[in-house]
Amino acid sequence: MADPVLSIQNLHKSFGALKATDGVSIDLHPGEIHALIGPNGAGKSTLIHQICGTVKPDSGTITLAGREIGRLPVAERARLGLGRTFQISSLAGEFSALRNVMLAVQAGQGSSFAFFKPVMRDRSLTDAAMDRLERVGLAARANVTASELSHGEKRQLEIAIALALDVKAFLLDEPMAGMGPEGSKVLTGFLDSLRQEAPILLVEHDMDAVFALADRISVLVYGRVIATGTVNEIRNDPAVRQAYLGDHA
Amino acid sequence: MSRENILNLVLALALLAVPYIAQAAGQPFTITLATRIAILALAATGLNIALGLGGLVSFGHAAFFGVGGYVAGILSSHAFSGDPMLFGLPGSKQMLVVWLVAMGTAGLLGLAIGVISLRTSGVYFIMITLAFAQMVYYFAMSWPAYGGEDGLSIVVRNQFPGVNTMRPMNFFMICYGVLLVGIVLSALIRSSRFGAALQAVRQNDVRVAAVGISPMPIRLTAFVLSAMLTAVAGALYADLNRFVSPSMLSWHMSGELIVLIILGGTGRLMGPVAGAALYVIFEHLLGGLTERWQFFLGLILLATVLFARGGLIGLIAGKVRHG
Repeated sequence: MADPVLSIQNLHKSFGALKATDGVSIDLHPGEIHALIGPNGAGKSTLIHQICGTVKPDSGTITLAGREIGRLPVAERARLGLGRTFQISSLAGEFSALRNVMLAVQAGQGSSFAFFKPVMRDRSLTDAAMDRLERVGLAARANVTASELSHGEKRQLEIAIALALDVKAFLLDEPMAGMGPEGSKVLTGFLDSLRQEAPILLVEHDMDAVFALADRISVLVYGRVIATGTVNEIRNDPAVRQAYLGDHA
Repeated sequence: MSRENILNLVLALALLAVPYIAQAAGQPFTITLATRIAILALAATGLNIALGLGGLVSFGHAAFFGVGGYVAGILSSHAFSGDPMLFGLPGSKQMLVVWLVAMGTAGLLGLAIGVISLRTSGVYFIMITLAFAQMVYYFAMSWPAYGGEDGLSIVVRNQFPGVNTMRPMNFFMICYGVLLVGIVLSALIRSSRFGAALQAVRQNDVRVAAVGISPMPIRLTAFVLSAMLTAVAGALYADLNRFVSPSMLSWHMSGELIVLIILGGTGRLMGPVAGAALYVIFEHLLGGLTERWQFFLGLILLATVLFARGGLIGLIAGKVRHG
């Protein structure tokens, strides 16, 4: 198998006596969707924070495309190709959808230290941003202020922003959260096609989506990965059923 | 043309017209008032880059305003006496030199203050910028070489090539010209890539970091640019009064600049001009009626914050629109 794009090895993080991350190792291979599931309090958020750079791990390594990123600041990791969406939509609320994406295009192009050329007249920004909005089906809402978008549209916008970066690995934190059944179905189809762009580490509570999308699943309980495997392996794993899935599988 | 642009144009032309009308009507003092408006508007335009675009509520911009003033005073006093300054450099009576030195000095000071202050945010940022400005204030108070608490007089106003700066009308035009340059620069910055990043940092710095732009260098650059522009205003202010004292560095001054911006409209291009005009007019009219004019200014400020968050510009032109 090819080298993993994103590799987390033996990651530890404690808050006092609480072991939030207890020797977690997860690999994300090219072209795959790897779902991370687990009950509330399992340490999913802490793990994501460590991958993104907002929480420092106590020990262990995180490598992206062969490069150790575990000690780099958030922005540096993003520049190296870690594209993330947030559990709760995190946008520049006063900017239009287009300008939110333009900011990411601008970041991808390198420098934000240009003081004189107006961004709205810069076709390299507006065209690229519009293209990403079209791909997520949000082109008609390009000029709507981000804070006025509906919940589902905000989620779409987050993905458009991630698409604007030269992403090597996506980290999607509960993209289905708060979506209606119809929206979830559309988004599931979209994520399925997104894996051609870059592999996806998908943290999700919506089991229908996880089972439909994931190539592999890791189950996190009390900061440990208790099982990693294909959808069928996980469905039939007795430990997983007891800890998490219950009757759902 | 949008409503805000029309309003901006009207404001710019009105400020230009006032001194001409005053001169024709034989009211030379009004020219000084208009000059004061232009200078305070320039100082607030500087602050507005940090505060309005970047959301950095600096309560210490008097430091940069005052440093600009002291640069003007110190350079001109050395030029007058012929004594060399630091490193044996001569003084200067040229405004252009004074402005450059003021920008350089304030830029370095802004860099030093910014590097430390920008590690904090919210109330802590307000307090730490205040603390730094107070340090500069007490330093000036206790530095006898340049007048200490008595301040420093500028015997003859600094010079500008080809212009007699002692004539009020000429000096107004210089200040007005510099103000326009400052406004145009801040308009360019606002619509540029840097401005986009800066405004996004104000709205959501987590998002900005997540797309790969580090917020700290963006904030620091804005803070330094902001300090430099405010320092030029300080140099002009010292030339207007032909006097510079620690009061230019005091926290009242920092507060006054913030009040100007709030009255005019936070983050609005011409907010500082509208705010400075309102402030100077209130000060002049109410100040003529009562010594307690600031009490009434407080009421107006309260009404602005409660009922007209966007200040004068917001009241007339509506909410901010991002292209």
